[in-house]
Amino acid sequence: MPGFLLAYQSLLAFIGLNGLLALSVYCTLCCGQLSLANAGFMAIGAYTGALLTQNAHAPFPLALLAGALLPALVAVPLGLPVLRLRGVFLAIATIGFGEVVRLSFVNWSYTNGALGLVAIPRKTDLWMIWVALAAVMFGLARLRGSRAGYALEAIREDEAAARTMGIPSTQYKVAMFVLGAAIAGLAGVLEAHLTYMVSPGGYGFSRAVDMLVYAVVGGDTIFYGPVAGAAFLTVLPEALRGAGRALGLAPGPLRLFLNGAILLAVILFLPNGIVSLPRTLRALRLRRASRAALG
Amino acid sequence: MLLSVEDLERSFGGVRALDGAALQVKPGEVHGLIGPNGAGKTTLLNVVSGLFRPTRGRIVMGGERIDGMPPYRIAALGITRTYQNIRLFPGLSALENVMVGAHLVRRGDTFRRLFFLPSARADEARAREAAMRLLARVGLADRAHHLVSALSYGDQRRVEIARALASAPRLVLLDEPTAGMNAAEVQAVAAVIRQVASEGQSVVLVEHNVQLVMSVSDRITVLNFGKVIAHGEPRHVASHPEVIAAYLGSEA
Amino acid sequence: MWQQAINGVFLGAIYALFAVGYALVFGVLDILNLAHQAVFAVSAFIALAFVAEGHVPLAVALPVVLVAAGLVGIGLERVAFRPLRGRSDSNISGLISSLAAATILEAVALQIWGPDVQRFPIGTFPDKPLRMLGATVSALQLTIIGISVVLMAGLTTLLRATRLGRQIRAVAESPRAARILGIDVDRVIAWSFFLSSALGGAAGVLFGVAFNSVSPDMGRSVELKGLAVIILGGMGSIAGAVIAGFALGLVEVFTVVQLGSSWRDAVSFGVLFFVLLVRPSGLLGRAAIREA
Repeated sequence: MPGFLLAYQSLLAFIGLNGLLALSVYCTLCCGQLSLANAGFMAIGAYTGALLTQNAHAPFPLALLAGALLPALVAVPLGLPVLRLRGVFLAIATIGFGEVVRLSFVNWSYTNGALGLVAIPRKTDLWMIWVALAAVMFGLARLRGSRAGYALEAIREDEAAARTMGIPSTQYKVAMFVLGAAIAGLAGVLEAHLTYMVSPGGYGFSRAVDMLVYAVVGGDTIFYGPVAGAAFLTVLPEALRGAGRALGLAPGPLRLFLNGAILLAVILFLPNGIVSLPRTLRALRLRRASRAALG
Repeated sequence: MLLSVEDLERSFGGVRALDGAALQVKPGEVHGLIGPNGAGKTTLLNVVSGLFRPTRGRIVMGGERIDGMPPYRIAALGITRTYQNIRLFPGLSALENVMVGAHLVRRGDTFRRLFFLPSARADEARAREAAMRLLARVGLADRAHHLVSALSYGDQRRVEIARALASAPRLVLLDEPTAGMNAAEVQAVAAVIRQVASEGQSVVLVEHNVQLVMSVSDRITVLNFGKVIAHGEPRHVASHPEVIAAYLGSEA
Repeated sequence: MWQQAINGVFLGAIYALFAVGYALVFGVLDILNLAHQAVFAVSAFIALAFVAEGHVPLAVALPVVLVAAGLVGIGLERVAFRPLRGRSDSNISGLISSLAAATILEAVALQIWGPDVQRFPIGTFPDKPLRMLGATVSALQLTIIGISVVLMAGLTTLLRATRLGRQIRAVAESPRAARILGIDVDRVIAWSFFLSSALGGAAGVLFGVAFNSVSPDMGRSVELKGLAVIILGGMGSIAGAVIAGFALGLVEVFTVVQLGSSWRDAVSFGVLFFVLLVRPSGLLGRAAIREA
């Protein structure tokens, strides 16, 4: 029994963490920007928090605060020039940034380079992750319907038109970019103090893609979409692990394949994510019913 | 003079879209802007609203020079617009589109909403009511909650007009607002334009419906090949030989 | 010094060959195909399988893999890009779609071949050192440079002198105008993907042989270099990709010599950010807006 509960706890922890990471990507997606920088911000937060607790014996709340703040500070000088670029250039710049961060840590002897930091004290409890997730979801929910929320939606749909209505689009995009960086950093600190270690390999391009996949698969037009996507894509590979093994599929490739295949299916057939599924099914049923009534 | 456009030049590739264009708009005036296809009317609006920079010339709005300013600052000075090919926000309803247009006259309320402060709720209610009133003004109150992508062409244009009025602008640039509308809808739009002007706001009206422009404008400017070929009162412009030649020429 | 120059040209040739694939697809579809690096990696594995298990000589395997990679490219276009063509946000959704395809390809490669680095069997390529201009060059390096140059020259000739090439250039300029002129835009796009992926696949095989290292994540390291190259050269420009590719290879090699190998990747990033901030259209790229 205790073993089962322990595994259950771990799954819930990772659902929560992945939910936070997905929401960090949502921050930029909701105003139409595709950013792959958040794994880099997560790394900065994770290392900052770990160094503070390990070397300075700082209290955990301080490590959490610093882990959220430092990536946010970095996001400002990065975001200001880069968010003015057209979509695909922004994506490339953020991919570049992520690699710069990863390679910087690989080449930094103070943080043990490619090996990273180990034996980080376990300070994260499940409730902390879920309180953080709830707080972020609350904030984003309240954002919707505010003046800023309307502005962000407008920017997402047609940035140039939004600007002619007095909306300073670059400022809003930078603000969301910074917010996303802070959330990713916070998640980084929480994860580091849950898994005892940080290493550059864990914050590379694949991590950034994972976060994006959670957000897009779940649904990037509403604040609970990314969390649903994170939950679905965290649980699914675990649930299918037994079946996968029976078919001779290794867990790593299986998870990757599921992510890719589901993302492709979503982007092609259900672009507003799985949370839009009830709405889409209803529309399909209505269309079929009206066609039957006419025919 | 509310808006003064002088000697404007703008090229795209090798094409000179604007070649010394000029425009003078008084407060509370309906100013028509006509000319054959490709005369540079939409380009003029694009430059005035800040989407493009002119390569030469001056634009002065209420005493301030605005050529080269980013669009959101020009909007803050009181210039809004509609678009020839309709640029509504497709995922939003008619009401929500108009509420976006009210951005400049709403207060930032994110923090107040985090604490559920009643003033935030009051602000939003006020904004909604104002948006509903604008939609009623253009005759769309009953379709306020429809997604704009589900509305007819004519209805979409009317939502765009309401959205452009939402920030109480000093000057509204309308780019072919009645294209695709039937006679009754055109008259309704004409009434709104006249009403807007009577309240002290100015309108620049780009239109192919020459009858509409003649009946509703206080003054008209005629463009051809990016230059002004005539300007003044409607009667004067209508009988101007160059204007007649330009339109007949373009029909032939 | 010549030694480094040869090494730089050698590295640059592969970068250029890889980046040209990006440039071609971007030029035609205005979409960044992030699955390109996955085709790069998978092609290297297929070549390895031909050589190591099929005992097919590399000279035979290479053209076969090229065609296979091209076919994968066509499949990619059909499945991941064509359905998105009408959409308003097609460049962003295209990017995401290509990421999805890349992830699927990587997962497949990982499952079939495992995560470890694999090597070509000894004797796959005779490695005779030659002396030229006071530097030691291996026959392998020369051959790879040669093949890359031939492939890139072939593409350029195709684009300039053949009917297909003219059609590709027309679609790149304006798909709508091309359609009005009677060009089968779908077929042209499919051909563009075939060519792009074939070259990407060739780059993958050559890279794998050059460094005798094939692994599912080999595309990652080159991907960013490739992006830096097309940003520097100008996003839709093939000539730009070629010039920038060689330039990056040379600069990278000389940087390693002067500053040490940990600075090798810093070069591409430096170039990338510098160009993006100062002149995003790159050396030979067109301005941001393209006619629909």
